[in-house]
Amino acid sequence: MRPVKKYGSEHRGTVGVITSENPRMTCRNVNVYYGDKHAILDVSIDIGRNEVIAMIGPSGCGKSTFLRCLNRMNDTIDSCRVTGEIFLDDQNIYDKKIDVVPLRAQVGMVFQKPNPFPKSIYDNVAYGPKIHGLVQNKVEQDEVVETSLKKAGLWEEVKDRLAHPGTGLSGGQQQRLCIARTIAVNPEVILMDEPCSALDPIATAKIEELIDELRAHYTIAIVTHSMQQAARVSQRTAYFHLGDLIEVGETKQIFTNPSHRLTEDYITGRFG
Amino acid sequence: MSPSLLIPAIIVFTAVAYQLGLKRSHAVAGPDGPRSLHSRPIHYAVMVAMACAIPALMVFAVWHSCQSTIITQLVVAELPENIRSLPANRLNLVVNDIRNLVVGNVGVGDTVKPEILEAVDHYRSLSATSSAAMAVIVLLVGVIVALWARSLITPELRARNHVERIVRYFLILSSSFAIFTTIGIVLSVLFEALRFFKSVPLTSFLFGLEWSPQMAIRADQVGSSGAFGAVPVFAGTMLISAIAMLVSVPLGLMSAIYLSEYSPKAFRAVAKPLLEILAGIPTVVYGFFAALTVAPFIRESGAVFGLDVSSESALAAGLVMGIMIIPFVSSLSDDVINAVPQSMRDGAYALGATKSETIRQVVIPAALPGIVGGILLAVSRAIGETMIVVMAAGMAAKLTANPLQAVTTVTVQIVSLLVGDQEFDSPKTLAAFALGLILFIATLILNIIALYVVRKYREQYE
Ligand SMILES: Nc1ncnc2c1ncn2[C@@H]1O[C@H](COP(=O)(O)OP(=O)(O)OP(=O)(O)O)[C@@H](O)[C@H]1O
Ligand SMILES: [Mg+2]
Repeated sequence: MRPVKKYGSEHRGTVGVITSENPRMTCRNVNVYYGDKHAILDVSIDIGRNEVIAMIGPSGCGKSTFLRCLNRMNDTIDSCRVTGEIFLDDQNIYDKKIDVVPLRAQVGMVFQKPNPFPKSIYDNVAYGPKIHGLVQNKVEQDEVVETSLKKAGLWEEVKDRLAHPGTGLSGGQQQRLCIARTIAVNPEVILMDEPCSALDPIATAKIEELIDELRAHYTIAIVTHSMQQAARVSQRTAYFHLGDLIEVGETKQIFTNPSHRLTEDYITGRFG
Repeated sequence: MSPSLLIPAIIVFTAVAYQLGLKRSHAVAGPDGPRSLHSRPIHYAVMVAMACAIPALMVFAVWHSCQSTIITQLVVAELPENIRSLPANRLNLVVNDIRNLVVGNVGVGDTVKPEILEAVDHYRSLSATSSAAMAVIVLLVGVIVALWARSLITPELRARNHVERIVRYFLILSSSFAIFTTIGIVLSVLFEALRFFKSVPLTSFLFGLEWSPQMAIRADQVGSSGAFGAVPVFAGTMLISAIAMLVSVPLGLMSAIYLSEYSPKAFRAVAKPLLEILAGIPTVVYGFFAALTVAPFIRESGAVFGLDVSSESALAAGLVMGIMIIPFVSSLSDDVINAVPQSMRDGAYALGATKSETIRQVVIPAALPGIVGGILLAVSRAIGETMIVVMAAGMAAKLTANPLQAVTTVTVQIVSLLVGDQEFDSPKTLAAFALGLILFIATLILNIIALYVVRKYREQYE
């Protein structure tokens, strides 16, 4: 278990158990700055193997920012600066030697707004495996596309129109297409930033079911504004507040018996 | 009252009408205030203002355009019998004299006949009366219609709908200006071209391989009878445009990609305007550059390899033209590449795509319709460009695919056919219109194809 450095700083500290018995990713003393703005304050947390961890908190508290640290998507924002350590297994992903390209293939991400490429449904899914050389020939490629779409629960709906543009699908279908695209490159960790925020209850239920199935093979971190969703899909929950990680714990415990007053206020709906 | 006073008067009246409408609308609104009106007070005001200005201006326009014809006829009718019975073209000259005298254009040493002087006075008094009458009637019409419109104002009056309808008519009118101008240009070129095709058959123009438009001016002159085969001219245009596109598309596209995806913000802020300046340099300056710097350079480098390069070459003109149109490609492409949403790039990065894969396989395909648009704009610029070609590629209509030789283009030929003193009905000058027509049709087809391609692409990806 990696130690957490203690600073005599004014930040609020984290209540609960930040560590995991079988961690896949380990974050220690992570700080994120947008220019002068300090968006994430000294966050330390483990993300366990084959677990779904939910990140909740009021808008603007830094959930997306933290999630984007986990596969270095923040590198694309010029003003953004990250300090601290984040390990994927035993590799510090912020190490100078690490190349972000293979890292992002290992740590995939699904965004809040579905963003299919301006390509056909088939090519959307086949794109990742193709660039990473995961498929040798057309047959293998067809296979990857089919299994990924099946896992994402989209196959039945699109199998007759794989050549149609991915952008022509409905919002919920597009989001499942993006999930299929992400699992097609066979990542180890999947980050999901409010994947259901644009979806109706039926599509949401499908995606939640999918998350539950994916847990067997992947590690998943999901940001959500829906407390019910967090309770349904996750094993552990982390509560963020104004850039601080306030509390981490078993989902059941967080929702039934939160230790921190801020967590309790948030989940009982007193603010947020 | 002269028009220069009448127009301000109409403006003042309109402003007053606006105020009247505004006051009236508040008055009819009653105690509940303007909320009880169907439209906003400003709509009533604008309606009354329009009712004043539009009829007044219409009367003014009609009167002004008919005035001189009518006065002239009245004056002619008063002229003595011996002048009136002159043949039409002589009579026209007399009328012209009278008009010139009216505005004070008196030729030196001219002695003016008394009856003409009388006519001039008559003309002057008639036009003074007419101007005064016009002023009164125009303003009266404005006032009456405005008052009538004001009297219509009730809370139920749908003033907004009326105003918006009139505004819509104005918009339609404005947009049809461009359309009718285009139609007019096409028709005038078309009719002249048809006259040309009466003397030179269409097929020999379209498929003839020789272009030498010199015609014998007198029947007894020895020399050319003119050959109007347009193929060499069009081939020259295509050769030079192709060279220009070979230069500008790769350079423009790559600089657009660098500017939008790789360059630091500060560099882009400086480099992009600089690049756009290229488009603002007058083409004559490019012509100098092509003729005095590039062409000799090409000739000398050709000589090193033992190539025979003429001092004016398609290559020189094409290269310089390519540089000139780089900004058309790069600036537009840069804009559309920038408009590709960041979420698209994020999606690719999150799959582990490298920066260059993201650009080549996601960003560029998403931006392609706009890029194609920029390229087509550049093509039409290249086809229409004249000055550089005149100065650097020459006038010789040679049918060749060799970029090291002198060629000519459609626009250059049009210019050379029309400059100088020319009869406007010889096949030589009319040939210019035929060339223009074909050029127009060619670019039209190009644009239609482009629209089709772009739309096809959009359908597929949006
Ligand atoms: N690109 C950026 N530049 C500057 N500041 C940013 C940027 N992105 C986010 N921030 C700031 O960082 C803080 C955290 O933002 P973040 O997007 O992580 O919040 P969030 O918890 O995901 O909120 P939401 O639930 O609304 O998505 C906010 O105060 C935000 O204003
Ligand atoms: Mg967010």
